[in-house]
Amino acid sequence: MSPEIIRDLGHRNSINQWYYYQTFTVISSMNTSVENKSRKAVALVSGGLDSMLAVKVIQDQGIHVEGINFFTGFCVEGHTHAIRKKDRARPKRNNALWTAEQLGIKLHIIDVSEPYKDVVINPKHGYGANLNPCLDCKGFMVQRAYAWMQEHDFDFLITGEVMGQRPMSQRKDTMPVVSRESGAGDLLLRPLCAKLLPETKPEREGWVNRDELLDFSGRNRKPQMALAASYGIEDYAQPAGGCCFLTDASYSSKLADLWQARGEKTYEIDDIVMLKVGRHLRPRDNFKIIIAREEGETNFLKGYRKRFLSLGTTSHTGPIALIDGEPSETDLELAARLVARFSSGRDADSVTVEVLQKDGTSSTLDVQPLPSNEVPQDWYV
Amino acid sequence: MSEQELDARGLLCPIPVIRTQDRIEQMQTGDILKVFCTDPGVIHDIPAWCRINGHEVLSIDEEDDQVVVMVKV
Repeated sequence: MSPEIIRDLGHRNSINQWYYYQTFTVISSMNTSVENKSRKAVALVSGGLDSMLAVKVIQDQGIHVEGINFFTGFCVEGHTHAIRKKDRARPKRNNALWTAEQLGIKLHIIDVSEPYKDVVINPKHGYGANLNPCLDCKGFMVQRAYAWMQEHDFDFLITGEVMGQRPMSQRKDTMPVVSRESGAGDLLLRPLCAKLLPETKPEREGWVNRDELLDFSGRNRKPQMALAASYGIEDYAQPAGGCCFLTDASYSSKLADLWQARGEKTYEIDDIVMLKVGRHLRPRDNFKIIIAREEGETNFLKGYRKRFLSLGTTSHTGPIALIDGEPSETDLELAARLVARFSSGRDADSVTVEVLQKDGTSSTLDVQPLPSNEVPQDWYV
Repeated sequence: MSEQELDARGLLCPIPVIRTQDRIEQMQTGDILKVFCTDPGVIHDIPAWCRINGHEVLSIDEEDDQVVVMVKV
């Protein structure tokens, strides 16, 4: 190799070293900058508009957001779609997943149905209009999300809460209770009403700009709708009464009946799913009958025939029914007449009903369908 | 690369999605998970979960009352 070439290579090496040094310095400085600026927030995502907007507002400030969604067993999402055949024609979507996809964020769905029982059974702050323990529920979810945040090295937590929107958990005096009792403290940021609340750590530290947060309050949804429109969001879920069955009067009354019949406040997941299915009638204190309303529910209830005594008409088309409790022979005949009442043989003189025991043995009863005027309204749970 | 199976029959959404998510967390990139379900909701929910979390749905087969979803991690 000629001395010129060697000199040239040496020169290039020194240039390479310089470039390496410069590049290293720039990357190092970028890393420091990234460390300062790239904060991560975990958002409680229900699938409704408010949590969607809260994420958008924080994403707009350059924060990396991931969603968390808790399955309590009482979520309106999913179950009834799966059970009721007539609903299957509607496009089925899980709104939390759909929302996450629209926002371009990851969603972590966490099954909290077992620890959530204590929230439903022993709410420290009591129930709302029905068996909805909203304040305890919010505290529980924020606490769980806060634990997840710490475990996964995220910086703060956001929710789509709006002050004054819900009578229990989203009041000016109860929002601090959630922050305090969950342990999240000032790492809990509510972007949609942050300006109405004391400054949180993400604002104080400059991770987010408080001036770009919002001051929404009350039950009027127009500000949210206007904000959604400004983001070009046209499609979003608007569940009436929220996304929880416990806010529903009819569902709560079935749960109260279950607890009363058992003599204690306990439940399993199958119990609370069953409360979403069929007509529930309690003709006597010692048993309840669950009668399918359509084919989808009939198919669903069939899956429980090894756990419950079941009835079904054989002489006429009709629904399947499950018996919860310990019916006597007379009670069984009454239950059979009720099932016949909801079959196509309701006007017939006699309908044959098959009684299937949990062990698979069966017998039949020929009964006269119960006339509608002999089904008192207070049998309906 | 391994192929695993998950029995989510008799479970209602979102539980099959949660079970899929929890199993995939334990698997390696390139592994295949075959999920057996009865809730037709999974036809939409598992692909949606896969899209936002970067996994690939290889196939969805419906047979009688059963749905089999094949996911590549």
